[in-house]
Amino acid sequence: MILDYILRRLALLMFMMLTLSIFTFSLSFLFPGDALTNLSGITNSTFSQTSALEERFHFTENYIVQYFAFLERIIQGDWGVSFASGESVFQHIKDLFPATLELSLYALFVSVAVGVPGGILASAYYKRWPDKFINSGTLIGYSMPVFWLALLLIMVFSLQLGWFPMSGRMGLLYEIEPVTGFILIDIMLGNFPYDGMAFLDALHHLTLPTIVLAMYPTTVLVRFTRDSMLKVLDQSYIKTARAKGLNRAQLIIHHALRNALLPVIKQIGLQFSTLITLAMITEVIFSWPGIGRWLIDSIYQRDYPAIQGGLLAVSMFVILATIIAELTYTLFDPLSRNQAHGKV
Amino acid sequence: MFKPLLALSLVCLVGCLDSEEKTTEQKNQGLVYCAEANPVSFNPQVTTTGSTIDIIANQLYDRLLSIDPVSAEFKAELATDWKISPDGKAITFTLRKGVKFHTTKYFTPSRDFNADDVIFTFSRLFDVYNPYHFVGEASYPYFQSVGIDQLIRRIVRVSDYQVRFELYNAESSFLANLATDFAVVLSEEYAMQLKARNQENLFDQYPVGTGPYVYKEYRRDRLIRYYRNPDYWKHPVVLEQLVYDITPNGTTRVAKMLTKECDVTAHPSSAQLSILSQREDIKVQKEQNLNIGYWAFNTERPPFDDVRVRQALASAIDVDKIMQAVYYGNGIKAQSLLPPASWAFEAQKAMPEFNPALAKTLLAEAGYKNGFDMNIWAMPVSRIYNPNARKMAELMQSDLRKIGVNVNIVEYEWNTFLQRIGEHRHDSVLLGWAADTPDPDNFMSPLLSCTATFSGKNPANWCHPEFDLLLTQALDTTDLEKRKQYYNQAQRIIVQELPILPIAHGMRFQAASSDVKGISLSPFGGISLANARKE
Repeated sequence: MILDYILRRLALLMFMMLTLSIFTFSLSFLFPGDALTNLSGITNSTFSQTSALEERFHFTENYIVQYFAFLERIIQGDWGVSFASGESVFQHIKDLFPATLELSLYALFVSVAVGVPGGILASAYYKRWPDKFINSGTLIGYSMPVFWLALLLIMVFSLQLGWFPMSGRMGLLYEIEPVTGFILIDIMLGNFPYDGMAFLDALHHLTLPTIVLAMYPTTVLVRFTRDSMLKVLDQSYIKTARAKGLNRAQLIIHHALRNALLPVIKQIGLQFSTLITLAMITEVIFSWPGIGRWLIDSIYQRDYPAIQGGLLAVSMFVILATIIAELTYTLFDPLSRNQAHGKV
Repeated sequence: MFKPLLALSLVCLVGCLDSEEKTTEQKNQGLVYCAEANPVSFNPQVTTTGSTIDIIANQLYDRLLSIDPVSAEFKAELATDWKISPDGKAITFTLRKGVKFHTTKYFTPSRDFNADDVIFTFSRLFDVYNPYHFVGEASYPYFQSVGIDQLIRRIVRVSDYQVRFELYNAESSFLANLATDFAVVLSEEYAMQLKARNQENLFDQYPVGTGPYVYKEYRRDRLIRYYRNPDYWKHPVVLEQLVYDITPNGTTRVAKMLTKECDVTAHPSSAQLSILSQREDIKVQKEQNLNIGYWAFNTERPPFDDVRVRQALASAIDVDKIMQAVYYGNGIKAQSLLPPASWAFEAQKAMPEFNPALAKTLLAEAGYKNGFDMNIWAMPVSRIYNPNARKMAELMQSDLRKIGVNVNIVEYEWNTFLQRIGEHRHDSVLLGWAADTPDPDNFMSPLLSCTATFSGKNPANWCHPEFDLLLTQALDTTDLEKRKQYYNQAQRIIVQELPILPIAHGMRFQAASSDVKGISLSPFGGISLANARKE
């Protein structure tokens, strides 16, 4: 049964990837300029270079052959070179993606750590002041645009109070060897150089972007957890348990929570795609050297190979993350496996 | 929203970092300089981009000689002495002994600097047999625009520490050109090692010089890291590290000054100077500078090939308004191509004045009674000569609308922008030039000579034989009075023909934390951080 489900998801994944790759491939024809240049990223090539490229990209043959040649190169990690830097797009992505992922993971962590207890608290005090307080708080957080919040925090905490830096991942004078690309892990691997100051500094730099990025998913999780809890608390088995004389804490912790958190788990996974989108804006504002800032710069510079590669990487990642979240959720909740058709 | 625990840990984070008072030694661990653009290359020979020169030239390299900014006399650098033959066609340099090239991850020198390095460096510019001449498309924009590649007959090795430059003809600006930031000395040994490995293309990307700092790493759009050169020949270098934080946005650079993420920032915009100067922990330096911000027309492209059209457009612009809105009063309105500080300066009576009625008449005469559409390319970065080209373009757009000319403003990323200007893809462009030497030729030959047109440096795409002849005549003599006359005539031609409209001379600004010492602004050339330190 579960195997069947996983297979179905995998089929869906393959199909999504196929559509995505076709779309990316066609982009090089849809972008202005020469398709061969857009694909390879090599500008001003000489005649012999051009024919070598045509050969390698199978540009003399029909679109289907070209597409398969494209797929082959994508799998081999040959994603063309960026117009702006003249370096491999894949290398750029490999360097930059961990920074985005790191930021998003911490933000997700914070939003789960704050959002889920927040939602439980709100439902436990349903219609009393903690609930009202949390509810109005989430409403503000929910409706505040990310960039505005970011600028506000920079204004107050960086420019006025001077507590936090406003850009980058860490002080530039600390030199950390990038091994994994995750700054905190790299510092740990380097055995906390500069007497641990580098680690503190990196945390220091992380604070504001993490808060900004965590804001939206936190509010979503609070509201979702609260609603889910209320729904469960309303069910008859809870009423029965209550009638048997359980107190409120026992009721929530032993009976309601388990069932209420199931849909929340699914929601956490789904938040990841929102996070990646919001991360782009956050990165631009905080000069965070991640893939979002790079992608936006590339769009500004009309760097077509980079735009293509960046889009492909980000969307592939979002699809993967969503499917993994679904699978995890299914492992926890056998009922959901009965769906006849896949949905993302 | 935020849980007490989180808030607590934040407070700790803030507290933990601020609690320790830093000693001078800790402070001198490094300096962060906020730069406005990625470097185009790490070899000053192959570029004239000011933002790049600021970052690389004086930090990584040394020149044979330099010009003292105060006395305008030549100073010995890698050459300790030089003798000019009576006919002016041969110059013999005596080189400094005991100068070491940088030791880096990719190169370890086995010998000191000597005559071979000088010969290699300068023969690359003109000698087709130099193995590096054609590396990077054989483009040496500064040297080609001033014609050095046509001037040097050969460079002779007299001994290990003596070289003789033999010229085809005596040229009065030759030494001044060797003193520019572009004429740095590169390592021949390093070049040959790369050649043996067939990696010539790395030569301009991974620099080896003799300067105060050693290259460590460069990450595009992020940073450039240099370390102290422990063997620097001139003086001990105080800073352990020098890091360039690449921040194209001017407002962000100012904000980073306020948050102490930058110690020094290049070109803070005039609009924000007041915010910076209010702070006690930041000092703003202001210095006269030899430069010109101009509006260049692509004179090969109709309708700009008609001088009446150029004059009409020039008379339609209200320069006084630009001086206020773009330079905030911190600039000098141009009265010629040359700034008043130059010895050859002469205020031009024929400079176009703001006169929309005249502009309309001229346009009608040229056959464009109903106006036309054109584009103005506005440079995307802030430079001394033009702190905000976008704003200037917008002001001009509204001025030109009044005479029926519709303007479309074009912007690209800086390096792409320069490349496309070099290909003459523009109608007109707002650009500028900051001098590398006090010699007036530095304003004329690199910008408006015919050779500059071919090397892509001439933004007006303008080749005027009479003007070129004047430049050559001025270079052929060392008589200052005569040179002055030639340059006066040349200035007059520019104002009559208007391939470019000189707009203003900007002031050079720099903001630095008040504990940063030892950075002086020179009226010409790139910035030097060799003596920088924190106290």
